[in-house]
Amino acid sequence: MLRQIEGSRAIAETVALCRPEVVCAYPISPQTHIIEAIGAMVKAGTLAPCEFINVESEFAAMSVAIGASAAGARAYTATASQGLLYMIEAVYNAAGLGLPIVMTLANRAIGAPINIWNDHSDAMAVRDAGWIQLFAETNQEAADLHVQAFRLAEELSVPVMVCMDGFILTHAVERVDILDQATVDLLLPPYEPRQVLDPADPVSIGAMVGPEAFEEVRYLAHLRQLDALERIPVIAKQFAEVTGRASGGLVSSYRTEDAQTIIVALGSVLGTIKDAVDMRRDLGERVGVVGITSFRPFPGDAVREALRPATQIVVLEKAFSVGFGGVLSTDVAMSLQGEQHVLRNVVAGLGGRAITRRSLEELIATAVRGELPVLTFLDLDHEAVDRERTRMAGTRRSGPSAENLLRDRGTVGVSTSRSDS
Amino acid sequence: MTAAEILAVAAFAEGRHAQAFPSFGSERTGAPVVSYCRIDDAPIRTREPVMAPDALIVQDVTLVHQVDLFAGLSHDGYVLINTSRRFTELGFEDHFVDFDQERLLTCPATEIALEHVGRPMPNAALLGGFAAFTGQITLDAIQQAIRDRFSGVVGERNAAAAKAAFEFVTNAKEEFLHASTN
Repeated sequence: MLRQIEGSRAIAETVALCRPEVVCAYPISPQTHIIEAIGAMVKAGTLAPCEFINVESEFAAMSVAIGASAAGARAYTATASQGLLYMIEAVYNAAGLGLPIVMTLANRAIGAPINIWNDHSDAMAVRDAGWIQLFAETNQEAADLHVQAFRLAEELSVPVMVCMDGFILTHAVERVDILDQATVDLLLPPYEPRQVLDPADPVSIGAMVGPEAFEEVRYLAHLRQLDALERIPVIAKQFAEVTGRASGGLVSSYRTEDAQTIIVALGSVLGTIKDAVDMRRDLGERVGVVGITSFRPFPGDAVREALRPATQIVVLEKAFSVGFGGVLSTDVAMSLQGEQHVLRNVVAGLGGRAITRRSLEELIATAVRGELPVLTFLDLDHEAVDRERTRMAGTRRSGPSAENLLRDRGTVGVSTSRSDS
Repeated sequence: MTAAEILAVAAFAEGRHAQAFPSFGSERTGAPVVSYCRIDDAPIRTREPVMAPDALIVQDVTLVHQVDLFAGLSHDGYVLINTSRRFTELGFEDHFVDFDQERLLTCPATEIALEHVGRPMPNAALLGGFAAFTGQITLDAIQQAIRDRFSGVVGERNAAAAKAAFEFVTNAKEEFLHASTN
């Protein structure tokens, strides 16, 4: 049913329709509304049978999900930012053990400096953990991806992370068509585990594996992710046939047919980019957008095909590898080996900095003129950075740069000197 | 955020596309919060904050000394401020010299809430006032969205507050027109 609801609420209701048997989570902004709503449904008995387990940390949340999944239950959790880092050992284990847990990641920056707002640093920090990572552009897609995620995870015995932008999506109230139970049941058959802890048929899940077989186990995990490249479009197609709605898939293209410049991005910023592209198209600039829905596995062939029309590729991403540059752009560059594209990288929206259509339009115009540097930090206040560099050069005890920049901004009081604060 | 959400739900009920979202600072009740609502006849794709609002609702007039509340507001924008004082008594008339004076209004939403709801929660009243002020949404849709959000007697009381503010603002607009024609 089409409703005007908060993104988190749409996720909670859709996850409930997926009939999870164990939900375990620890609250952290901006994920909290999702698990609060699921917890309320379990308590009210509208989501049953399901056990909602309050845990003492994110490490416990993922550990409980691992135990539940190994025992044959459909398990779900959600987290963000530091919460994801706190569970990271178990995140790797879930993937290494091949347990089809589904987790919502309400993307949020990682401290320090502590910051509750959106960027993609958390997702990138677990890029190599072995989870499938799907990025949602809208709350509709985020909701739909959860149904597809359970299906994909359980088919392949691989955990799936649905990444949705914290606050920007989780807290946005917009139109979402929530599926009905019969439709979800049609799309998502009951969970049939490939491995299960059963006293009547004992197996060891999580045995130590030495050099004699570790590489093969890892390679099998890689093959399952490559299998996912085949299955993701098929599941998206089935979803479209049943619901009439295009959600998921590997990549999506917008106005790329005759585009000379294509912008590549992940997540909700694609909407703002499309608006900017429409404005620049009206001025005659041949520009398009490619959104990457499946970040892991990375669909190199599909990306290369989608980017083929263009001569210039601008990868815009809400994360970067400090001391190097873009993360997504590296993957895009790898998939474009042998091609002749000019590749440009833009880091934007860190820690919740708004990515505005105006800035994007200026960026596109600069790119179309061929004047975009290899690496750009969108809307970076270079003067504020220079002032801090000057302070640092002027005195050894220049203090914490984060606080200095807040004082520079006037966000915190400028009167207190270091000695009396 | 509740006000923006209720407005978005009301607009949706009238068949329009709407998007409401917050810009959180510190996460605690009572902290200054900005929230946004877009209403459009076409699907809304953008995720940027509203930087040039067509209308601004100020729930707490004391914020005017902490934040640049009116940044980005166009000179034909609507401003509705929660206060029992008149707009011209707030001490920032100079800022609004070039504005369409018909679109600058105050509404004693907290007082209306205290009377009808029994608590100083001005959201419902401000939305009722907004409906009368801009004509962008009907009072019916606002009241229905309020009842969807708050069940039972709380919903009814808030709906009554919205209606009272709607009438207050309707009268205030007529007074303004009357004063300007004289």
